[in-house]
Amino acid sequence: MLIKKPADIRPSEITTKDNYLKRRDFIRAGSIAGGLAMAGPVLSAVVPDQRRAQLADVGKSEFSTDETLNSYEDVTSYNNYWEFGSGKADPGMNSGDFDPLPWKITVDGHAEKTGTFDFDEFIKPYDLEERIYRMRCVEAWSMVIPWVGISLGDIVKHYKPTSKAKYVAFQALHDPYRMRGQQNRRLLDWPYREGLTIAEATNPLAILAVGIYGEALPNPNGAPIRLVTPWKYGFKGIKGIVRMSFVEKMPRSSWQRAQPREYGFYANVNPEVDHPRWSQASERRIGGSVLAPRIPTQMFNGYGEQVAHLYDGLNLRKNY
Amino acid sequence: MDTIRQIRFIWKPTIFLLCLVPAGLVITDLFEITGTLGANPVEAMLDRFGTWAIRFIMLTLAVTPLRKLTGWNWLARFRRMFGLFTFFYVLTHFLVWLMLDRGLYISGLAEVLPAVLEDLTERTFITLGFTALVLLTAMAVTSTAAMRRRMGRRWQKLHYSAYAVGMLGVWHYWWQVKKGPDDAIYYAAIFAVLIGLRVYWYLQKRKKKSRPTPRATVTP
Repeated sequence: MLIKKPADIRPSEITTKDNYLKRRDFIRAGSIAGGLAMAGPVLSAVVPDQRRAQLADVGKSEFSTDETLNSYEDVTSYNNYWEFGSGKADPGMNSGDFDPLPWKITVDGHAEKTGTFDFDEFIKPYDLEERIYRMRCVEAWSMVIPWVGISLGDIVKHYKPTSKAKYVAFQALHDPYRMRGQQNRRLLDWPYREGLTIAEATNPLAILAVGIYGEALPNPNGAPIRLVTPWKYGFKGIKGIVRMSFVEKMPRSSWQRAQPREYGFYANVNPEVDHPRWSQASERRIGGSVLAPRIPTQMFNGYGEQVAHLYDGLNLRKNY
Repeated sequence: MDTIRQIRFIWKPTIFLLCLVPAGLVITDLFEITGTLGANPVEAMLDRFGTWAIRFIMLTLAVTPLRKLTGWNWLARFRRMFGLFTFFYVLTHFLVWLMLDRGLYISGLAEVLPAVLEDLTERTFITLGFTALVLLTAMAVTSTAAMRRRMGRRWQKLHYSAYAVGMLGVWHYWWQVKKGPDDAIYYAAIFAVLIGLRVYWYLQKRKKKSRPTPRATVTP
């Protein structure tokens, strides 16, 4: 990975400073409260500074939105990453000791090029790009996140899948010693698995993210590498990827295995198709005040122009 | 001071204030005095009021079994207070949902009413929670000693709904999570024990009643 010292001030650093100020307020508030042990979660959720490596040569993208970014703190302290626990603050609190590197990624299945690669080797052939995407969670909340990633389409083409390859299946790290959430085997059927059709994987919006805010991907967000498909619900974005397989049959994702009636393979953001237990018509944008209204959810999370054609003729109510 | 006055003037006010602490901490966390509600404060408020509501209904339902097991009859003097705090936490949970999450306070009735009605009627877990609130409201307004006297036997019947509230609470909790049951399973277990004890005692009592008691053969 290309890592260099920060050269000049970028927008992300302004947010960082903001975090520092918030942190200071927080410490002050803590001392007012006189040792009420409420401060723990947030303080420890802040990623240690020495891990915040800068990514070099990050290009811009036409797919980026100009909506207000969520703060670095929001993005790293409110996560669904059950490998580190099922609470939203758990990944931030329980991943502090997790050192993702060295990391290996295996590419196998119906492709001309396969093998196991070191993380650096795996991402080296491609350009890094900043992609500011909306992220809509199936739980009806959303964020705007400045990812740094590489085009998944470029990666797929690099390995030259054969005509037999219809889907790309992803598998995440399974390491209960380092990921304490995996010690609870009832939580999910570990390792976490996800999949895309080849057409979805080669859509220009799909990326494998290796960073946020111009810095290496923090642990609670799926370090060192995770999938980002902004037109789909967030759970499709598998974190900590160790295997990418070109397969013929539609892979079954972890959430499909857990609750097949509630979570499907496609998981496209769709305000018209409700989750069996709650409405998907609107969402709460994280980072707003408690008095901020919910916002209407957009079809394909507002990325219809780029992806709607992938689902021509597909019944999206049945194929949720 | 005798025990009854001690309970009335010392213990009751103390417990009352303690029961308010969780609500107070939500407010002080909201204004970042004692801590923070995190990235999604509305959800955090919902979760915390809701969790305390379920804790309080369990506490209320635990009073009678605890009394029987320990012989601490003074516990009964706190039962109504715990019941009213259950109502208080369910009500705050509901108001945060209605006013902030659904946005009645922010966007006005006309804007949010369709979504609220859809939720109340079509989302099973919300219907369950709302039913519990209706039952608790009925119990809260009839909780005074005067009402109890006036209603006679009907009062007891109405207040048996506390069991229904416990069940509805667990069910509501169980169904709202992404992949159940999560922590809801602990509350389900506690509820099962509290109901199980009552069923056991009821059956014991019936057994005793049905057995004719031979008076003459009582030995010293």
